[in-house]
Amino acid sequence: MTQSVFPHRHLLGIQGLTPQHITMLLDLADGYVEQNRAADKKKALLRGRTVINLFYESSTRTRTSFELAGKRLGADVINMQVSASSVNKGETLIDTAMTLTAMHPDVLVVRHSDSGAVQLLSQKVDCAVINAGDGSHEHPTQALLDALTIRRRKGRLSGLLVAICGDVLHSRVARSNIHLLNIMGAQVRVVAPRTLVPATMSRLGVEVFHDMREGLKGCDIIMMLRVQNERMRGNFIPSIREYFHFFGLDYEKLGQAKADALIMHPGPMNRGVEIDSDLADDYERSVIREQVEMGVAVRMACLEVLARNYTGGTA
Amino acid sequence: MPQRTAARVAYVNARLLDPASGLDASGALLTDGEAIAEFGPHLFANGVPGGIEVVDCDGLCLAPGLVDMRVQLREPGEEHKETLKTGGEAAVAGGITSMVCLPNTHPVIDDVATLEFVARRARKIGLAKVYPYAAATKGLAGKELAEMGMLAEAGALAFTDGTQAIRDAQVMRRALAYAATFGLLIVQHPEEPALAEGGLMNEGEMATRLGLAGIPAAAEAILLERDIRLVELGGARYHAAHVSTAAGLEVIRAAKKRGLAVTCDTAPPYFALNELAVGDYRTFAKLSPPLRSETDRQAVAEAVADGTVDAIASDHAPQDQDSKRLPFAHAAFGGAGLETLLAVSLELHHNRRMSMLDVLRRLTCAPADILGLPAGRLQKGAAADLVIFDPDRAWKVVADAFYGKSKNSPFDGRPVQGVVMRTVVDGRTVYLHA
Repeated sequence: MTQSVFPHRHLLGIQGLTPQHITMLLDLADGYVEQNRAADKKKALLRGRTVINLFYESSTRTRTSFELAGKRLGADVINMQVSASSVNKGETLIDTAMTLTAMHPDVLVVRHSDSGAVQLLSQKVDCAVINAGDGSHEHPTQALLDALTIRRRKGRLSGLLVAICGDVLHSRVARSNIHLLNIMGAQVRVVAPRTLVPATMSRLGVEVFHDMREGLKGCDIIMMLRVQNERMRGNFIPSIREYFHFFGLDYEKLGQAKADALIMHPGPMNRGVEIDSDLADDYERSVIREQVEMGVAVRMACLEVLARNYTGGTA
Repeated sequence: MPQRTAARVAYVNARLLDPASGLDASGALLTDGEAIAEFGPHLFANGVPGGIEVVDCDGLCLAPGLVDMRVQLREPGEEHKETLKTGGEAAVAGGITSMVCLPNTHPVIDDVATLEFVARRARKIGLAKVYPYAAATKGLAGKELAEMGMLAEAGALAFTDGTQAIRDAQVMRRALAYAATFGLLIVQHPEEPALAEGGLMNEGEMATRLGLAGIPAAAEAILLERDIRLVELGGARYHAAHVSTAAGLEVIRAAKKRGLAVTCDTAPPYFALNELAVGDYRTFAKLSPPLRSETDRQAVAEAVADGTVDAIASDHAPQDQDSKRLPFAHAAFGGAGLETLLAVSLELHHNRRMSMLDVLRRLTCAPADILGLPAGRLQKGAAADLVIFDPDRAWKVVADAFYGKSKNSPFDGRPVQGVVMRTVVDGRTVYLHA
């Protein structure tokens, strides 16, 4: 297997990565897809290493995905749902970091509701840090798993036309994907009502559409974003039915995209809000389940390269 | 009142006025069914062929029917003040062939069902055409965005919270942004609500003497300033209704100079009356925004003339006796305006501030263009919505003789010039001067 030459100590975001680094991570992950499908899924690569999942925001799929990834590489994985413990007792983010550092983990996987919080934490700990989503900023492993899903289906990333649809304003998934797809030479569109896309979004290298039919025209990939219910009550969007009418993905709007266009969603889905229920289950078009599978493989790759870089202890 | 559509009608011996094209010439116009078939100075120069009904205009003005972009029709919910039928009768008596009604009915026009009810009822009545505005926020409560996209698909022309401003700047920002998603227009009642709260008339000497709580002129400029900053953030189209102050007009002027998609209208009371009309606590002169100072009145007239004010609307706000025969503080705001719109607007022409065509432009193609309505111009193939009027004939406003259900005109008793002789909607004569 290719020796990893990942020059970063942490994985805080997609921004700053080169096409070579991304390709290397995807190649590595590709190998793990097969391993994960085998009966014996476990390797001893990270035996003796400790991974702590530090989640300041509730999560099921991302946390489970990281936990499985760590365990399949032979690491010891601890889950900490912080909202239930230290924060309630008033400990600051940095104090928590210092406490954890004293326990000598090798990798900290951190999710936090504030943009920039994971970066702040990474400056205070000795070990490697993986951003599992910070506020509306980045969610790099999601973008990598999306890229792996696309690459396995389409054979490439560059030259593809990708539409990211929905609540771009609040979405870390959108930002990480925009960076990654741009780095890899894809062409990115965002589709949203003006209340859910900042006017300056085009500066990130995307074309902004407010009409979904226009935005989907000729697309290879459609990435739907989750719209939080609390944003549906008239502040950003008048109602669910109006949102679905204009921005929900259904077969009719999908008709504008290429005949073999793939539908993606980072989950959890709101059926009937941003995506038609039947369409979400359409095996011909929807790769939503495949994304979850790729998630474990991508996280194994990320854990591997960062754990290699961090030799830990004094040994 | 609506008559059967004659196959073809020739309006001869007319002074043809079309502000959109600048036409002002004597000639004739032919309607065929519901549409304008032909018009011009030389039409029927050799007489009208047989089989065509002839209307001799006696050299009077023939113009596109007026487009009134701000009326309250009170149906559904307050039919004791006005109905779509009485409002329609008043409109055509005023030469108005298209009017746009505010959503402040009961229930509020904030869903497709109510919107379609109003549009369908008005269509059945067949007088002036009625196009509804829909609410910008649900229930006009200023908090949650209304379903603008679906309402626009159902025919809402633009979005407004009617007689109240959208108070919260964040809500206003999002309303503008959301409307811009679909290229829709937001119409604002430009008055800072906190400053206007409890106010009964213009703040100034008159209010002080009468002992009535005042609304400062600055309330208008402050809200306009805020809104225009928000327009700059979001790039939406914005229209300020019934602008009434010199300071407010300065804000609009500056915004237009910066190239923003900002338009505004005013109503006849604001260039024809000032706060003195409140006189001895006359509740018919209790309007929202309030009648302002003489300086403001002159500034409004000037702004209508120089084009800062794009359109003139009647701001028709019918109120029954029970809402107006009250101590000033308790009386309702608003004045009936449909039947005096043309005559009072023509004062701007008679006192030589503006040409006839310019006055008509503010009443026809200008509001139609702001709203994207296919109306307000003489055009082959366009709907034959016409008004024939005598611009010079004098009369005295007698509110009791109004066709409208409510008689609360601030112009009652005023001598004016300009009489609507005939109003035509879709080729049908719907009003004939008695």
